[in-house]
Amino acid sequence: MKKKLVIIGAGMASGRMLEHLFDAAPDLYDVTLFNEEPRGNYNRLMLSPVLSGEKTYEEIVTHDAGWYETHGVTCRFGEPVVRIDREAKVVHTNYRSAEYDALVIATGSAPFIIPVVGKELPGVVTYRDLEDTHAMIDAGIAGKDAVVIGGGLLGLEAAAGMAARGASVTVIHLMDHLMERQLDPAAGYLLKKDLESRGIKVHCKGATKAILGHERAEAVLLEDGTVYPADLVCMAVGIRPETRIAVDAKLEVERGITVDDSMRTTDPSIFALGECVEHRQQLFGLVAPLYDQARVLAQTLQGEAAEFRPVQTATKLKVTGCDLFSAGDFADGEGREDIVFRDPGRGIYKRLVLKDNRIIGIVMYGDTADGNWFYGLLKDGTDVSEMRDTLIFGPAFQGGGAPDPMAAVAALPPEAEICGCNGICKGQIVEAVQGGATSLDAVRAQTKASGSCGTCTGLVEQVMQFTLGDDFTAAAPACMCGCTDHSHEDVRRLIKSMGLKSIPAVMQELGWKTPGGCHSCRPALNFYLLAEWPTEYRDDRQSRFVNERNHANIQKDGTYSVVPRMWGGVTTPAELRAIADAADKYDVPMVKVTGGQRIDLLGVSKEDLPHMWADLNEAGLVSGHAYSKGLRTVKTCVGKDFCRFGTQDSTGLGIRLEKLLWGSWTPHKVKLGVSGCPRNCAEATCKDVGVVCVDSGYNISVAGAAGMEVKETEHLASTPSEDEAVEIITAFIQLYRENAKYLDRPYKWVAKVGLDWVIERVVDDLAGRQALVERFELSQSVYRKDPWAAHSTDRERAKWAPMADFTLEAAE
Amino acid sequence: MTQFVDIGALEDIPVQGARLVRTAQGCIAVFRTADDRVFALDDRCPHKGGPLSEGIVHGTSVTCPLHNWVFDMNTGAAQGADDGQVGTYPARVEGGRVLLDASALPRHSAA
Repeated sequence: MKKKLVIIGAGMASGRMLEHLFDAAPDLYDVTLFNEEPRGNYNRLMLSPVLSGEKTYEEIVTHDAGWYETHGVTCRFGEPVVRIDREAKVVHTNYRSAEYDALVIATGSAPFIIPVVGKELPGVVTYRDLEDTHAMIDAGIAGKDAVVIGGGLLGLEAAAGMAARGASVTVIHLMDHLMERQLDPAAGYLLKKDLESRGIKVHCKGATKAILGHERAEAVLLEDGTVYPADLVCMAVGIRPETRIAVDAKLEVERGITVDDSMRTTDPSIFALGECVEHRQQLFGLVAPLYDQARVLAQTLQGEAAEFRPVQTATKLKVTGCDLFSAGDFADGEGREDIVFRDPGRGIYKRLVLKDNRIIGIVMYGDTADGNWFYGLLKDGTDVSEMRDTLIFGPAFQGGGAPDPMAAVAALPPEAEICGCNGICKGQIVEAVQGGATSLDAVRAQTKASGSCGTCTGLVEQVMQFTLGDDFTAAAPACMCGCTDHSHEDVRRLIKSMGLKSIPAVMQELGWKTPGGCHSCRPALNFYLLAEWPTEYRDDRQSRFVNERNHANIQKDGTYSVVPRMWGGVTTPAELRAIADAADKYDVPMVKVTGGQRIDLLGVSKEDLPHMWADLNEAGLVSGHAYSKGLRTVKTCVGKDFCRFGTQDSTGLGIRLEKLLWGSWTPHKVKLGVSGCPRNCAEATCKDVGVVCVDSGYNISVAGAAGMEVKETEHLASTPSEDEAVEIITAFIQLYRENAKYLDRPYKWVAKVGLDWVIERVVDDLAGRQALVERFELSQSVYRKDPWAAHSTDRERAKWAPMADFTLEAAE
Repeated sequence: MTQFVDIGALEDIPVQGARLVRTAQGCIAVFRTADDRVFALDDRCPHKGGPLSEGIVHGTSVTCPLHNWVFDMNTGAAQGADDGQVGTYPARVEGGRVLLDASALPRHSAA
């Protein structure tokens, strides 16, 4: 007969505890899990990215319904426990009761509400759970005023998230500087400056007197008389342990529920875990010690001896682009010495607090790369007297060797912590890799390393690389190119969240290491910027590859090939005549039909290009963009008008799609095919987007390839309506434009994000689909232009010729 | 003996771009950097003859558009793993005009 385990609270701590328990002893308990929130466990650390729009709730779920089912957990979500009967060993909700042999209280904490007038007004929220996050998102705060009371970790994350959604945000903080528990005044000042540069107002030494408003919150009044208008007020002044149920049950409670080293309360059958507990007069708010508690409690519940010993924890702020690291004790004190490094120009500040030649406190701002190394020295109590002279410059400068990140990782001892959120050390990762986990995902699944806030992903990869040697292939190249340490994904995200609108702005703000980038990053940046800010960004011609700059394909001898657009592969005798005339006039050495059903005029000199375009324009032809990272061709068959098997007007659909999509820039070239029946004469099933028309309508499939790799498309959607088919395809192209890494064809991108994710957005979510289409059309209003027309004027033509000619002089 | 001749206005060359100067011995690419300095190099990449004038200009380097060889415009030397050199010619900007040292141009070797 299994023992009965009841858990109150489905937060991160109890979720982790259950994982440990099921790993070690899956059959020991029948588990019933109560939770006040109507859902299971998600990663609360990631609420900030949800608020800012960088992630969705689905992406931060850690235990889905399937997980609970697999492990036989009875879930009572949305059903808070109201009473514990310790005599009878039963817990009661408003609907039912449940017996227990062991009870775990993991009720977490509640946000502290400051008792000011107006605190109950609608529009005043806290920032603690998904409901709070959605309340802020749903308030539709773009363009409105928001005030955050509290300049600690949570408050600043809330402020940055709301600012990312377009709100005008003011942070009110009671103390002299922001995050005073983690930062010293100098670092707090830099953080304030950083936030202000993103348009977030910061008011330190501000005491809130009242929240003003009649029907709902309208403004915040401070003691000094300042008034800030506020459509939304977020209180993030702190949290207190949620202990009501324990108090009612007459368990010993101080600030939190008192537990011993084995996480047991004063009742031997009742345990407590997480932010609601107090252990040796200490409360816990960061995740690493909570996970330690989870491990200890899981062992205790198996009847094993285990002791919780809190360790020093480090803090990072999860606000995109704010690099901040803090650990230990950095207050002034007897016998303490400081090593301080400042680079005001770059906004960098590092401070180490030493006592008896050991690091006891670390504050870093702007450049936190060495944070974990210092933290390791702090935790291990390493004597740093030998390296004191160069200590502040980090591990690269110890011993005079070249800064080699691999060497630094290799030098770390097995117990060095790599993932702070989950308390995973180097040895555990090495063990997982040696046990067969050779991909980042596998390591993440086995050890949880880098699975929470993710800032240690690079470090985890380095450990893997160090362990696997040449066998390691990183999931994606860590950085965009040699000019930056950021990945393509990071750069795209930062362009959006930091509102960067030009290549120099990106290079400046993201710390590019080269003065003007390189041939690899500049075209990518140019695309990301024009895709993100179609109406504001000005295309940078000099950051485009030669083909796009000259609107023709460069050939091996430096001549070009010109391909006029033929909508859906259909042409007319008049167009053919114009093409033939141009071929004659400019001595084109080869005229060839392309794989995409267009005519290619090969071997044209650069100087002739604008003249030839003018001639072709005159006959109604426009550029075929055969050179572009953009829409190339829509290949078609003849459809029902001529073919005895054809269904639907497939040729007409191909023309319609090409006229809609032409001129759009995309991460890589995009080719479409539309076939009129499953015989598939247009070879639609190896294109980026393929449509196969059938009697019942249109089968849309995507992510095919017929280049370096050959791959059949995957089914995206079927619809009876041509209009809907066009809408889905447009949304797909826009989703690809907004999300893919530059130079990833759709098949590579879909493999990364998963077809299900794509289907949810462009097929299932109707409103989302239409929003994608709208954004595509907005971009097209600027970028759908015939480049030939723009360059065939006399003035432009002159620029295509040499600027000086010395051959005549030489001939004299 | 140097003999600087005016080949045109700095404005005629796009920033981070190039224009050609034709000589009897082939073309010279005249580059303009982001900070308005000019460099003159042979327009032929020693690898497969790619037109350097059509490459992407970054800092004082240019990347050949055919196979991404990168050349330092100060020296004409290929960077990184590639091995090669293109000719460079004295060039400067004066009063918004681009001046090229005509005495160094290949036509003299032809004369």
